[in-house]
Amino acid sequence: MNVFDIIGPVMIGPSSSHTAGAVRLGRVAWKILGETATKAEIQLSGSFAQTYRGHGTDKALVAGIMGMHSDDERIRHSLELAEEQGLSVSFETVEIPDAHPNTARIQLTGQSGAKASIQGASIGGGNILVSEVNGLSVSFTGQYNTLMVLHYDKPGTIAAVTNFMAYSEVNIGNFRLSRPRKGGEAVMTIEVDGDVSDALMNSLKILPNIINVVLIRAI
Amino acid sequence: MLDYTSVQELCSEAEKRGLTISQVVLEDQAQQMERTQEDIFAEMEHRLTVMEEAVQAGLNPDLRSTSGLTGGDSAKLMDYAQTGGLTGSFFNRALARGMAVAEYNGAMGKIVAAPTAGSCGILPGTVVSLLQEGKCSRKEAVMALFTAGGIGMVIAQKASIAGAQGGCQAECGSASAMAAAALVELGGGSPTQAGHACAIALKNQMGLVCDPVAGLVEVPCIKRNISGIAIAFSAAELALAGIDSKIPVDECIQAMKQVGDSMPCALKETALGGLAATPTAYFLLKKESKQRKFQE
Repeated sequence: MNVFDIIGPVMIGPSSSHTAGAVRLGRVAWKILGETATKAEIQLSGSFAQTYRGHGTDKALVAGIMGMHSDDERIRHSLELAEEQGLSVSFETVEIPDAHPNTARIQLTGQSGAKASIQGASIGGGNILVSEVNGLSVSFTGQYNTLMVLHYDKPGTIAAVTNFMAYSEVNIGNFRLSRPRKGGEAVMTIEVDGDVSDALMNSLKILPNIINVVLIRAI
Repeated sequence: MLDYTSVQELCSEAEKRGLTISQVVLEDQAQQMERTQEDIFAEMEHRLTVMEEAVQAGLNPDLRSTSGLTGGDSAKLMDYAQTGGLTGSFFNRALARGMAVAEYNGAMGKIVAAPTAGSCGILPGTVVSLLQEGKCSRKEAVMALFTAGGIGMVIAQKASIAGAQGGCQAECGSASAMAAAALVELGGGSPTQAGHACAIALKNQMGLVCDPVAGLVEVPCIKRNISGIAIAFSAAELALAGIDSKIPVDECIQAMKQVGDSMPCALKETALGGLAATPTAYFLLKKESKQRKFQE
């Protein structure tokens, strides 16, 4: 924590959890998709479902999906901007059992037809907890710089990734692997101390068996 | 380096070295963030500018929140301030500035969470007021935000600054205590006096619950920013007059944590108790969801 966590963040109101956190959830989904989205199907549960219009949670999620940050004054008009830019958006309120009160599920389709989905919650103060990416169970908060490495479950892949990180002197604070089945698609969620350079990102992306590497920066 | 686990630590470090709390915090934060003092001063100045812009934008009489429940009241208050009211133009203008920022927040405006979005009007109502009324320099106003930030870091670590965890005392109460300390520094008081002001402000909001009508950051949040400003000014005036808090500030923070822990869930941002559970609150909730359906 530093003084700018208290006198800050600079954000679009009205609520750090319902607005700023929602922008970040949208942004995570957009980053994982890795291209401009043309279709967003959004499900809202709990308190998000009850108060999403009054808090502008809908606008915030869409703004994030369009790549905006939580202090972007265009958030207020994001629904109109989405329409102008050819992003079709749908909202549905649902009950997700045992989910955090502020939970959203976002399913995106990109320009190339690629798809990405996340489930995550806004857990207060603009902090988020992402629990699912492309159907794979993950767990990261966005409090630390977080690398999400989507890959094929092949021997040596984890060692190769962590080796490159070691060469770049990036310290790992938390590591989680999710692998629903042997040899299939898997995801490493790696929370790190300090920054991750573009050079490291680029070298990770071209390693064998890597599908995509996404960096989600801390607040 | 400082660990921000007690306000006493901040005060005695400052007193010992003949500095203000803001100087101690600025110096320490530059070290901790491995940045220059000039650099983080500039970032804080930017935040002050965002606060000033939010005051300006929030005073628009046509401003309405996304839900339609609030907006336009700060413009009324600013007009009324011209008459001098009961307590003078300065005080009413200070309240209006804080209200403007809180209303602008409800209307999806750009604000500085200080420490939270729900309590974002209290530092602008106090620090920006002193600046805009010619009672301090811009540099002093920026520095006062470091004092407020240092106090807020201690409260966040030792208690909480989230309504969902500690009730409104943790949001508007903390903001008010941070502002009180900042005001004492701007008023020429000592670091120890700033600590007393902080304690007095906390004591006066202890037990305040978080009960947002329809779950929105509007009613009663906007007007609680107003009382937070009033309490910050009165706490600062007491401290500057040489009046001490009988209970030391760090014990007040501890007490606030205990009160927050023992508060039932219904009174911690869930909109299930307090004002959120009144007949009018249910009526407003219904009206809001009807409007929502109408828009669809």
